[in-house]
Amino acid sequence: MVEHHNAPPLKKYNMEVLRITTSGSVDDGKSTLIGRLLYDTHSIPQDKMEALHAASKRKGLDFTDLSLLTDGLVAEREQGITIDVAHIYFSTPTRKYIIADTPGHIEYTRNMVTGASNAQVSLILIDARKGIVEQTYRHFFIACLLRIPYLVVCVNKMDLVEYSEARFNQIVEDFQQLIAKAPFKAPSIKYIPISSIYGENLATRSEKISWYSEESLLEYLEQITFDHADSSHPARFKVQSVIRPKTDAYHDFRGFAGKVVSGHFNVGDEIISLPSQQKSRIKTIEQFETQLTTAEARQSVVITLEDEIDTSRGSMLSRPENAPSLLKEIDAQVCWMDQTKLVPGKTYLLQHGVNRVKAKVQQIQHVIDVTSNTILEDRKEMGLNDIGKITLKTAHPIFADSYDANPANGAFILIDEMSNSTVAVGFVA
Amino acid sequence: MTNKIQWEFPQALEDEAIYILRETAAQFERPAILFSGGKDSITIVRLAQKAFYPGKVPFPLLHVDTGHNFPETIQFRDWLVESLGLDLKVRYVQDSINQGKVQEETGKYASRNALQTVTLLDAIEELKFDACIGGARRDEEKARAKERIFSVRDEFGQWNAKMQRPELFDMLNGKIQMGENVRVFPISNWTELDVWNYIRREKLEIPSIYFSHERDIIERDGMYWPTSPFLNTTEEETPFRQKVRFRTVGDMTCTAAVISEADKLEDIISEILEAKISERGARIDDKRSEAAMEKRKQAGYF
Repeated sequence: MVEHHNAPPLKKYNMEVLRITTSGSVDDGKSTLIGRLLYDTHSIPQDKMEALHAASKRKGLDFTDLSLLTDGLVAEREQGITIDVAHIYFSTPTRKYIIADTPGHIEYTRNMVTGASNAQVSLILIDARKGIVEQTYRHFFIACLLRIPYLVVCVNKMDLVEYSEARFNQIVEDFQQLIAKAPFKAPSIKYIPISSIYGENLATRSEKISWYSEESLLEYLEQITFDHADSSHPARFKVQSVIRPKTDAYHDFRGFAGKVVSGHFNVGDEIISLPSQQKSRIKTIEQFETQLTTAEARQSVVITLEDEIDTSRGSMLSRPENAPSLLKEIDAQVCWMDQTKLVPGKTYLLQHGVNRVKAKVQQIQHVIDVTSNTILEDRKEMGLNDIGKITLKTAHPIFADSYDANPANGAFILIDEMSNSTVAVGFVA
Repeated sequence: MTNKIQWEFPQALEDEAIYILRETAAQFERPAILFSGGKDSITIVRLAQKAFYPGKVPFPLLHVDTGHNFPETIQFRDWLVESLGLDLKVRYVQDSINQGKVQEETGKYASRNALQTVTLLDAIEELKFDACIGGARRDEEKARAKERIFSVRDEFGQWNAKMQRPELFDMLNGKIQMGENVRVFPISNWTELDVWNYIRREKLEIPSIYFSHERDIIERDGMYWPTSPFLNTTEEETPFRQKVRFRTVGDMTCTAAVISEADKLEDIISEILEAKISERGARIDDKRSEAAMEKRKQAGYF
């Protein structure tokens, strides 16, 4: 039998886990920054530290190269670059951190978008000597495109410009001009002068950069209170499967296993199921043997309803007063992620949440030059790492919100049915 | 490690893992859990139990038995399967040796760790599994740090690090061609400490070798190796009795013990918080070279 416990108090999710994406050019010192952050938070065990000493020595270095910690693949260590997204974990007494460390080259735009897709903080590195470079534009554009709420601009290698305040201010000013031209609503931005190799302004405040009196990088990250924006968004629940045990104890049990995409649901709420458009009320919300009274964004639960209505994998539950519209013609920003170019008129598989429908690309509206933020109206093809806007037509409706209004329910991927590759990510306009 | 404190298990990690397991059940025809009897695969079983409750766990367990397991692990495995009513398939490395597909290693570092990949790939083919769920975590090792949640492997089980599918938001693409299969890693984002905190929160049983116990060990290369009929020792290596426990559970030939008095979960967790050596630091199989794990993964290992 199901035991009836009192629902545990809901934790604020992102007080527990903060996800960060980092991007930078080859020599920005991004891997060094991460290595140093781990070192300063005592997150590198002794045996790994010894392996780093040894690896640095083999490379003929007379110091311990902390960047070797994150470059995991043989090819990356050989070439001294980052090819794929690496995930790095560390924790402080405040919270758990997950860093998605992504390569900064144009040819890795797709990895950058991938790494950024789950992040709440985007960390952009700028070499104090070089200032804003082409890749900075790309990183900033992606952070804006994905609506990452927090952006930290780390002006690195301050040691190489004699910790110059004027140089830092110049870069901040240049960056502000970038923001003025932002294609989407710019996130909240913090500028920090750092030197990752010496750990200046990383875990603790720098004494060398005395003219800067604000938080160090870690201090800033620690105080980010991520009030889960999702809870202000409309209630959306994606159904992954129907649980019907058909055992004696649960003979008539019919529960919808899935995830709250955004907003929250309470027991007793009236809901509408899409695409059937049938209505019912929430009878129970269950999390294993525990009965909850409410479920909020990102929780995996089982929902049972008062009535038997047509709902199955791919269905979406919402409230009747703010249900998503059924879309068959979709305008979307997309980032193309495959070697094979987008073929207008070709049918792909569109996956929105867990729901898959066939979708035909009607038109490429335009491609954007991300570095200059200009629209290339005459470019009518999209290849690997291109970002642009397209029109799609789907065989069945999807239940998406615009990405701007509700990011958790506004993104989709395109799958090539021949290769099965994930070829694009889209953001409903 | 003075600034680390014991935090509560982040609930977000359980929700994410349950979501991944439900996607695995829905997107594949014959998924299975790769079960080693270690704490990570025990965690996976618990998550699967919770993901489909009040329904049954929709995955069989596959155990690749090297023949060099700790007897305590096998006992535990059989107890868990029995008590939860799970479906267990066991395939033996010894059979692969008998069939001449692999050869036993020789010398004092001989282990069956590399051999088990062949047995695993044969089992996947024989049992027609299109997805295998594993308890690997990204924080364990730097090649694993690059893994996807759904990791596509070709017919030979090979991992191609440079051609990985992008994974965006929480959307998982498990579409594969005939012959390919997918390795699924629901606890990718967990750390060792997260797993221990989860085991404590869920009050899970674990094999007794994780707790302090008396055992005959030898010292080799600065590590403590458990003696067993499978470990080739030299004359200078004299066994001695010591209170130890194991931080990770692999074969008896490639898992080093740590000297420990920790006989309760709380003590184990405090020990990990203070540990100066990483978890896989006690895995002799990882010490072979800097790219040991990446090479094994390319060959079809986890």
